[in-house]
Amino acid sequence: MNSLAAERRGKAVLTAVLSVICVIYVLPVVAVLINSFKLNTFVKTDTFALPTGEMWAGVDNFVKGMTFGNYPFWNSVKYSVVITILSTALILIGTSMAAWYIARVDSPFCKALYFLCVFSMVVPFQMVMFTLSNTADQLKLNTPWTIPVVYLGFGAGLAIFMFVGFVKSIPLEIEEAAAIDGCGPVRTFFLVVVPMLKPTMISVGILEIMWVWNDYLLPYLVLDLEKYRTITIHIQYLKGSYGTVDLGATMALILLAIIPVIIFYLTCQKHIIKGVAAGAVKG
Amino acid sequence: MNRKKITRGNTIRRSTRKWFPLFLGPVVCAFIIGFVWPFVQGIYLSFCQFKLIADAKPIGFGNYVRAFKDAAFAHAFWYTALFTVVSLVLINVLAFTVAYVLTQNIKGSNIFRTVFFMPNLIGGIVLGHIWSMIFDGILSKFSTSIVMDSKYGFWGLIILMCWQQIGYMMIIYIAGLQAVPEDMLEAARIDGATKSQALFKVTIPNVMPSITICMFLTLTNGFKLFDQNLALTNGQPIVMQEGGAAIKTTEMLALNIFTTYNNSSPNAHGTAQAKAVIFFILVAGLGLAQLAYTRKKEVQQ
Repeated sequence: MNSLAAERRGKAVLTAVLSVICVIYVLPVVAVLINSFKLNTFVKTDTFALPTGEMWAGVDNFVKGMTFGNYPFWNSVKYSVVITILSTALILIGTSMAAWYIARVDSPFCKALYFLCVFSMVVPFQMVMFTLSNTADQLKLNTPWTIPVVYLGFGAGLAIFMFVGFVKSIPLEIEEAAAIDGCGPVRTFFLVVVPMLKPTMISVGILEIMWVWNDYLLPYLVLDLEKYRTITIHIQYLKGSYGTVDLGATMALILLAIIPVIIFYLTCQKHIIKGVAAGAVKG
Repeated sequence: MNRKKITRGNTIRRSTRKWFPLFLGPVVCAFIIGFVWPFVQGIYLSFCQFKLIADAKPIGFGNYVRAFKDAAFAHAFWYTALFTVVSLVLINVLAFTVAYVLTQNIKGSNIFRTVFFMPNLIGGIVLGHIWSMIFDGILSKFSTSIVMDSKYGFWGLIILMCWQQIGYMMIIYIAGLQAVPEDMLEAARIDGATKSQALFKVTIPNVMPSITICMFLTLTNGFKLFDQNLALTNGQPIVMQEGGAAIKTTEMLALNIFTTYNNSSPNAHGTAQAKAVIFFILVAGLGLAQLAYTRKKEVQQ
């Protein structure tokens, strides 16, 4: 009885300690929030003070942030959304089809392609970045509407690896039954295989969304930066540029950039955590 | 039985085969554009001197010699290695501890898990700028800043990476810990094992696969780190060496390759590409070691 009480007390202490760590954990985000309403001159000197009295900038930082750095912020939001959605959709459709074909046909060519995919997973982006940006430039893949092809090419490895692993665990009988009932390969894939692939689709989709949305170097090197910037590129431009940086306005933009991410996280939390665990165990 | 399976697969195989252009075509094209061709061209260009890729001329191993002689590259290598080891130990110990505590039926463990994982959703560049504001806010009280001393830059980056990655590794450890058979722990308890004995003799051997995965993930993540490094310090402060070479003291390998490429010297592009090949061999070596290690484990099981 006594040890039970001790254990309960121990757990209460642990909960308290974890709560404190949790509060410390969210502090950086809170710091962004309070500094986005603070006048620039006070961000550096009074980083952890609430934006009260003379420090209060109101919504000025947000208004300024919209046209800050000679580039309209909303354009970068628009391009980030376009690139993320198109790339993820293209990767999901393209690699799931390819993975099914690889797993089912299993010819020497398929084996070689699969090996290349696994190989591409260990190649760091630095290895191909200069030549890739050059190739993409020549092929006019430097716009938000065409850059998904580059993402499909460089990101195919992990996605195909995960899909092939799953397809191999699906019993052939189901597809055979479909074939006997008169389904061709295309209909078999879209009507029979795709519904079964749904959990893996969600996992892969989440991993790709997180990668593409936050990616910096690939779009920085590939996109035509005069016209197209993603949110990440825009923020790096603001801070990386020489001369005085308006920290208050930058924090306002960072806040606007992370709010959708946090909403996305809180709504799809279960899938995100499951997807990450699946990707890590297999990758 | 075996033969039957092969003939069975054949019906699907035969009917699917002719759909090659539809199923494989797009991915193969994109894969060639996005990976195969840049990779092959990258290897070739590491042996060339070039400003524009169109007029590259082969020069043998000159780029590699320059890369190995470059003091900044050597510094970046050792700096990266040190950073990787320190972050690997800290992240894994802390992530395992948090995961272990969270699997002990703690109240509100879901909320804790949610909060600890949250930083992973925010990209490296944005994280770097958030933390540079925080560190500068603290250090300005002592009238210094994160780019003034390489020690601040190093530990700043360690704190940033811990903040970001503990949650990620924690998720993998939790999955591993939940798979430890309950009856095994029960048996240990009945046999009179203390809590720490159960942890070290039963739990940890059972989560070894998760530990291996997390070790390799933190290892390759550390080696490949770029965004956070660029955004937090961009390699500053710069120190002048006796020979006149400028060394960015908090610059890691990936950033060093990037800055080398943007250098104005005629050999800059070739040298950067040679460094990238060396970097690739390092990272791929680590990745293949992981693959070999997991394969060996699978065979043993």
